[in-house]
Amino acid sequence: MTDQNKIKILVVEDDPDMMEQMKVYLESESYEVVAASTQKDAEPLIAPGRFRAAVLDLMMENPDSGFVLSHKIKKMDPKIPVVIVTSVTKETGYYFDKAHDPKDWIKADAIIHKELRFEQLKAELKRLLGAGERHAS
Amino acid sequence: MPPDPLPVHALDVLIVDDEAGMRAGAERSLEGFSVPLPDFSETVTFTVRTAATGGEALDQLKARSPDILLLDYKLPDMTGIDVLAAYPAGDFLTIMITAFASLEVAVTATKRGAFDFLAKPFTPEELRATISKAARSIYLHRKARRLEEEKRQVRFEFISVLAHELKSPLAAVEGYMHLMRERLKGPELAAYDSMVDRSVVRIAGMRKLVMDLLDLTRLESGKKKRAIEPVDLVKTAGLVMENVAALAEAKQVRVELKAPPSVMLNADPGEADMILSNLLTNAVKYNKQGGKATLELNRDGDTVTVRCSDTGIGMTDEELAKLFGEFVRMKNEHTRNIDGSGLGLSILKKVVKLYGGEIKVQSKYGEGSSFELSLKDAAVPAPAAEPALKA
Repeated sequence: MTDQNKIKILVVEDDPDMMEQMKVYLESESYEVVAASTQKDAEPLIAPGRFRAAVLDLMMENPDSGFVLSHKIKKMDPKIPVVIVTSVTKETGYYFDKAHDPKDWIKADAIIHKELRFEQLKAELKRLLGAGERHAS
Repeated sequence: MPPDPLPVHALDVLIVDDEAGMRAGAERSLEGFSVPLPDFSETVTFTVRTAATGGEALDQLKARSPDILLLDYKLPDMTGIDVLAAYPAGDFLTIMITAFASLEVAVTATKRGAFDFLAKPFTPEELRATISKAARSIYLHRKARRLEEEKRQVRFEFISVLAHELKSPLAAVEGYMHLMRERLKGPELAAYDSMVDRSVVRIAGMRKLVMDLLDLTRLESGKKKRAIEPVDLVKTAGLVMENVAALAEAKQVRVELKAPPSVMLNADPGEADMILSNLLTNAVKYNKQGGKATLELNRDGDTVTVRCSDTGIGMTDEELAKLFGEFVRMKNEHTRNIDGSGLGLSILKKVVKLYGGEIKVQSKYGEGSSFELSLKDAAVPAPAAEPALKA
């Protein structure tokens, strides 16, 4: 199987361990990971055809890096599934999800809390990519 | 958290006495009376409520807790002690009024929480003096409680951050274990080397955090045994430089010591080591590849100056302002891969304080930082067991 056939996923995560683990996991699921460790590094990667889905850490160099990236990705192509990974809810009591984003500014398709099981991430990606495919066809 | 109670200027006084003249007299004595409390930047005035019987008193207490309860012992329907017994959890200060200043009443009333006594008959001045004392006591109590609450809050925040700091390496190691168990990189053991390495690094970081935490706790509790002796900081610096050599080599940072042959300071050797290694480790860690870290030691009169400067990544003014906080680690693109407990500088600050010292920091973003400490000799404990006076 060539890289052309692999589904590319943009992973933006500033914790090197988390990044490594996500990479190993997603690659074992035959995804190809496009990695960036800061919002700044990720921004130039947001271009048509570069990736089919995105997994974003919320807090990086800015506390809302994940949201900003999500907004930009969705502005470029609303069909690209975006999963935001965060531990914010647990630590601050702030709650983010689609129901709490009434203006639909963030537009993320799923918000997963850190300490995530990779199975959960896999399931979300499968679900969202599947939905996207149906949408596209 | 209850709202700050201090801004209240008027204290609520409930006067319980069956004699109407007494009630009116006491009320008049407190009307327009004020107690200046300069320590609390406040002047206290009094609002007065009255009750003629124990029953009325209990109703009033129930309706609203006063700040001060002026309570007659002998009431028509019960004694003042009965009132206190029926309302034991009140957050007010009780002054018992009694015509028979018996010891027995005094003891029982005190057991029930009475703060003071007024023997009947009393003059308006006596009443005002007693009320002033009570007001002062209330303010002291509130201040103590507020400080206690603040301390609790700081402690709570410290523990939440600590829990988070301990949780992230655990999560990282757990994640790697999970990937290894699932053999996600195939059957070859070597494929997992980097995961094992990272796990070891994260566990070492966690150990460092726990050790730093112990240091900090010992320093804060004052329970750390200190052995003050003349320490040659130049020798200490030599050992510290050996310890950072590996780290420095990995980053190709040149470490340099500028000092006379010896700089003596009366210090605890462990603390001296802590100070120098803290400074030098940071200077190497937060340096650029191929940079330079310079440690300078000097003694001028009773002050030893320690200066540690680097050609590292530096800090913005905003970062500088936050620098000495607990668990503060500058999060930016340069520090992402640098490990640290976030306690180092908070420990340094506490240790330096033990030497009557202060820390001056200068930093320029992208160019480097310089930490300058001024230390004074710690007091050498006087030789013990030497009788001071001989007859």
